[in-house]
Amino acid sequence: MGSVLRLRKLCYVEPVKFQSFESIKNAEKQQQQQQRQEERTVSEAENAVQKNGRDDDEDTKKKKEGKKKMKEWRCIDSCCWVIGCLCTVWWLLVFLYYSLPAALPGFQPPESPGARLGREGVRALHPVVLVPGISTGGLELWEGKPCTEGLFRKRLWGGSFTEILKRPLCWLEHLSLDNETGLDPPGIRVRAVPGLVAADYFAPGYFVWAVLIQNLAKIGYEEKNMHMAAYDWRLSFQNTETRDQALSRLKSTIELMYLTNGRKKVVVVPHSMGVLYFLHFLKWVELPPPMGGGGGPGWCATHIKAIMNIGPPFLGVPKAVSNILSSEAKDVAVIRSMDPGVLDSEILGLQTLEHAMRVARTWDSIISLVPKGGETIWGDLDWSPEEGHGCSLAKRRTLQSSGNNKNSNHTDGKRTFSAMKDLAKYGRIISFGKEASYIPSSQLPSVDLKELLLGKPSTISNSTCQEVWTEYNELSRESIRDVADNKVYTSQTLLDLLRFVAPKMMQRAEAHFSHGIADDLNDPKYNHYKYWSNPLEMRLPGAPDMEIYCLYGVGIPTERSYVYKMSPTGKCKSIPFRIDSTAEGYEDSCLKGGVYFVDGDESVPVLSSGFMCARGWRGKTRFNPSGATTYVREYQHRPPASLLEGRGSASGAHVDIMGNVAFIEDVLRVAAGATGEEIGGDRIYSDIMRMSERINIQL
Amino acid sequence: MSFLRRRRAAESAKAGSGSGDDGGGGEGGDKKEREVKSRRKQGPGGGERPRRWSCVDSCCWFVGCVCSIWWLLLFLLNAMPASFPQYVTEAITGPLPDPPGVKLRKEGLAARHPVVFVPGIVTGGLELWEGHQCAEGLFRKRLWGGTFGELYKRPLCWVEHMSLDNETGLDPPGIRVRPVSGLVAADYFAPGYFVWAVLIANLARIGYEEKNMYMAAYDWRLSFQNTEVRDQTLSRIKSNIELMVATSGNKVVVIPHSMGVLYFLHFMKWVEAPAPMGGGGGSDWCAKHIKAVMNIGGPFFGVPKAVSGLFSVEARDIAVARALAPGVLDKDVFKFQTLQHMMRMTRTWDSTMSMIPKGGDTIWGGVDWSPERFFNCSTKRSKNIYMTTSERSAVRDLENRAGVNYGRLISFGKDVANIHSSKIERTDFRGAVKGRNLSNTSNCDVWTEYHDMGVGGVKAVADYKVYTAGSILDLLDFVAPKLMKRGSAHFSYGIADNLDDPKYQHYRHWSNPLETKLPNAPDMEIYSLYGVGIPTERAYVYKLTPTSECYIPFQIDTSAHGESEDSCLKDGVFSADGDETVPVLSAGYMCAKGWRGKTRFNPSGINTYIREYDHAPPANLLEGRGTQSGAHVDIMGNFALIEDIIRVAAGATGEDLGGDRVYSDIFKWSEKIQLQL
Repeated sequence: MGSVLRLRKLCYVEPVKFQSFESIKNAEKQQQQQQRQEERTVSEAENAVQKNGRDDDEDTKKKKEGKKKMKEWRCIDSCCWVIGCLCTVWWLLVFLYYSLPAALPGFQPPESPGARLGREGVRALHPVVLVPGISTGGLELWEGKPCTEGLFRKRLWGGSFTEILKRPLCWLEHLSLDNETGLDPPGIRVRAVPGLVAADYFAPGYFVWAVLIQNLAKIGYEEKNMHMAAYDWRLSFQNTETRDQALSRLKSTIELMYLTNGRKKVVVVPHSMGVLYFLHFLKWVELPPPMGGGGGPGWCATHIKAIMNIGPPFLGVPKAVSNILSSEAKDVAVIRSMDPGVLDSEILGLQTLEHAMRVARTWDSIISLVPKGGETIWGDLDWSPEEGHGCSLAKRRTLQSSGNNKNSNHTDGKRTFSAMKDLAKYGRIISFGKEASYIPSSQLPSVDLKELLLGKPSTISNSTCQEVWTEYNELSRESIRDVADNKVYTSQTLLDLLRFVAPKMMQRAEAHFSHGIADDLNDPKYNHYKYWSNPLEMRLPGAPDMEIYCLYGVGIPTERSYVYKMSPTGKCKSIPFRIDSTAEGYEDSCLKGGVYFVDGDESVPVLSSGFMCARGWRGKTRFNPSGATTYVREYQHRPPASLLEGRGSASGAHVDIMGNVAFIEDVLRVAAGATGEEIGGDRIYSDIMRMSERINIQL
Repeated sequence: MSFLRRRRAAESAKAGSGSGDDGGGGEGGDKKEREVKSRRKQGPGGGERPRRWSCVDSCCWFVGCVCSIWWLLLFLLNAMPASFPQYVTEAITGPLPDPPGVKLRKEGLAARHPVVFVPGIVTGGLELWEGHQCAEGLFRKRLWGGTFGELYKRPLCWVEHMSLDNETGLDPPGIRVRPVSGLVAADYFAPGYFVWAVLIANLARIGYEEKNMYMAAYDWRLSFQNTEVRDQTLSRIKSNIELMVATSGNKVVVIPHSMGVLYFLHFMKWVEAPAPMGGGGGSDWCAKHIKAVMNIGGPFFGVPKAVSGLFSVEARDIAVARALAPGVLDKDVFKFQTLQHMMRMTRTWDSTMSMIPKGGDTIWGGVDWSPERFFNCSTKRSKNIYMTTSERSAVRDLENRAGVNYGRLISFGKDVANIHSSKIERTDFRGAVKGRNLSNTSNCDVWTEYHDMGVGGVKAVADYKVYTAGSILDLLDFVAPKLMKRGSAHFSYGIADNLDDPKYQHYRHWSNPLETKLPNAPDMEIYSLYGVGIPTERAYVYKLTPTSECYIPFQIDTSAHGESEDSCLKDGVFSADGDETVPVLSAGYMCAKGWRGKTRFNPSGINTYIREYDHAPPANLLEGRGTQSGAHVDIMGNFALIEDIIRVAAGATGEDLGGDRVYSDIFKWSEKIQLQL
């Protein structure tokens, strides 16, 4: 109230002054002088009074003198004045904002799908398990070095990230894992935040699961039938069990929910890397105890109704490669958003990227996202399943319904293929130099990569100037040049490359993950846990009634392959490669900023998210012997219409899709008991079916 | 910038208002504005004419100054190293003792047994899952615990959502308020007010983390069995304990606090009882899964506070709600009727009834008799230093022959509280007719059951003069029939004559230690850990409220004081030894006598230990709530208690800790209680 009065006073007092510049200047001046005199007398009187009170106080004296001299505007005074004004106005606005009713009468926000379905009579039926993906789950500190004083049980990851700014090195140290074991470094315990709060919001205001949770709550879900399977996403999957017993915990919770909710099977909703984590869980839970959970072969059939994979990177994402190679992925780790391009160069001497790389390379889980299936899936030097994808067509295709004109599209693609020479060769996931990314394979230098990479003894160049150690420092200049000379890497040779540039990490991680295709799934070696998260090397459990959904966004250009260059040979540059952001294609080309794009959800290409549901598991295949039904549900991306919409209710982006209304409705309906057929079966906008057909894999 | 904009706004506002003195109209206004602008451009410093200070300018200046200084301080505070306050403290008071976790880690202790916390009443957070229109935007926000911000913003809405259904004791239609889960449920009650946080931090020092520490959060408003019916909380606890035992290979140590003690008693019976009513764990579940139950401040026999809480919402702090309704609001000054709202809300909470004194006159004393009779309130401070127990009691007996009639839990009038029973004239209230003809109750916004009672009923209650633990139940039946009807289906307050009677299979007896047998688990240990040395409410002097229609007709007679300074009667409350909330008798008796050795309540001979912690108030303000406190909640920060818990969690037995550790007269008092064991 006070501020209101003040403002009004301001409005009232000021005009009096302005009138002195009007035609009636004189009169006004007189008036003003009078006023001034009055004021002076008043202030003098005041002075007298004050003088009586406390003579000795020098400060007040000074003030008084100032007043006598009609106090001049000094700079600092005006500053204070301005700040005062701003604060007052700010408070006023805040006050008004709070006194507003929660919902403006005129503005009716669109009804949430939960409320709508609730009215239709859709009620909570099956318990729901949410499995968060990489980097969206919070991590908190349980034990740390002295530099983390006062951070006990505070979030290091997620939330406001204030600690990065306050003590960046300390923060990095605590988020790193041990380089040898991939577990905690001695004296440091950072653990996943449990419960729904683990991943409802990633940062204040940036929802991940919150919207879905809210809508589930509208149809009657609460904590007793909704569980967030939070796990430490930095660890390899089996290590989450070794260290935290996260898998046992998940098993026990699912069993509990199954029992307490009237023996209703659970609906599992994994997102992003959580999809692979849950694949791992499916195998783990049925296998006998020393390595597995001992649930017995019928466990999944008894306990799981449906798995609704959101943005599943079943076959990995190309992003993971660039992330490991030069920590330059656009957003697979949100780390990237915290070190903007400026810091790539050593301007501030911070070596942010190097630090980020060193930390990220201790995280085994990233390896689970490296493209799987080799050239069969991702294409070789001259071939890729997505070839013919026209980036300029992406827009147009949204207008036409995709199902019917697939053929025309196909021929269209073929025509372009024959017409244009620089058709993107997506199979070359990494090429050094723009040329190498499109010239015919016959023109490529034929170097025996294996020999090249394995034969070289790595001499350690004198890297004393490095504060930050990355494994690149152990590579000699020549071998780095050799890497670049090889020009082109497909998903097959890529692994060799990674083994070469990051030997420690790959050695650690390859004990936990595998990236091949199984020839014979009956081979007993596939009982090892390193194969469990690779859909091409594992069988789905024997659960014919279980449903598997692939829900993902389409219509956003998604990183698929990269054009690299050598970094300028600075003395202390520790990352020798970087994406050649100058490489641009023609206007319609898929090459932009050194990156070839395909259709996808901004992080995961359609191929990776859709193939398993579209073909690999469809019907009875060797990967899906019991014939669990699969559904592909795509969500066409539409950017938010206005700022008011926030991140949009029809977004198809990797994380924002969790706020997509159509998506939420699907999840709600299935959780309330609907089957895949009842919600409409497949719903496809992209070329996934055609692409899948092109992949030559034994099923 | 901004003030220019302001001027313009002022101008247009004035032009819009069209008052007489602005002759020039709109155009003139524009001209003026331009002039003003040009004047401003000449710069605030070097203008031809020094600007005058108007009042508004000074205000702005002042606000600006304050803000800048504030920001500066804030910045400094944030830039300050985290260890600074500790450094200051150490500079003033000398080096602090190591927290117990650090100390014991140096001794080589490491996490062994998984730990289960069971929080008490009111300390657990509650959050909103579904609400009415007025709770818009509060989804999954804490209604209880945290900052209580919503209480101030929309008090009536808050009260409505916190209340339960008056008939069923479950959710009212359209409202779902659920307990917060995980350690965050009760680590801090409000920002800065720790409950479990200190204990958790110390356990973490020896290697505990989320996987071997579990907070059994439950909705503390519900009756115990209803938490299972509505939320399956008991099943959840069972499953989690089983999981922790399976993954760690060791039995769990359970640490219930306050009402959690009763809740866990209930759990131990539930888990072994067969499936429809119980958890179906089989008769050796506890033996297989539980190493020790370390009850902190356990109100085994209830607390007298609960009575005054139910009777007139006047408990001192059983509900922190009380702190939110200070005495001023007792009167109708602001027309808020806060107390009435509180009463209506708390009377829908079944759990408060689990704390009504149990065991009747046998335990709590009759009209002329009570176990603590000769407790002397004045010697409390010095007793530990100068005298042994026997000397102390001898002295006390001499000093204070008359004693206090603690057995009279509620007396109407101070003299009634003191005189011998034969001199009291009592009129039985039980038959009294409840007047339905109470004058216009329609005035009252808030409905409490007292309005149904009528003047006659109120008078009858007051005429009975004195209520003991036995008759208090009848009293509550009389004044709060609905509440008690709901409650009696879930709780029972008697003493079992024959524990083998099949009726004791019913869950309403499970949380009463006098009507249940402990599980068959001879290796299990039961501890009673509680603070002593703080005056604790034990009996009340009531008076009738000056008659007005809408108010609670009874209130504590705060004018009643004892004659001497040493008297136990202060402000209408008789105090006895305890931890400020739970009298020693209630917290200690079961472990001191009721379960000691093989008794009928403890057929398998589970070992019991009493560990008392003498209260020492914090030495200075910097210590916060003290590291040697014995108060009901603050004891969770008591270093000695934490050390005991950590040792047990790391594998020690009660004997290793040193067995009993007693400061109060609990053994003597226990002897006085005539109970068949």
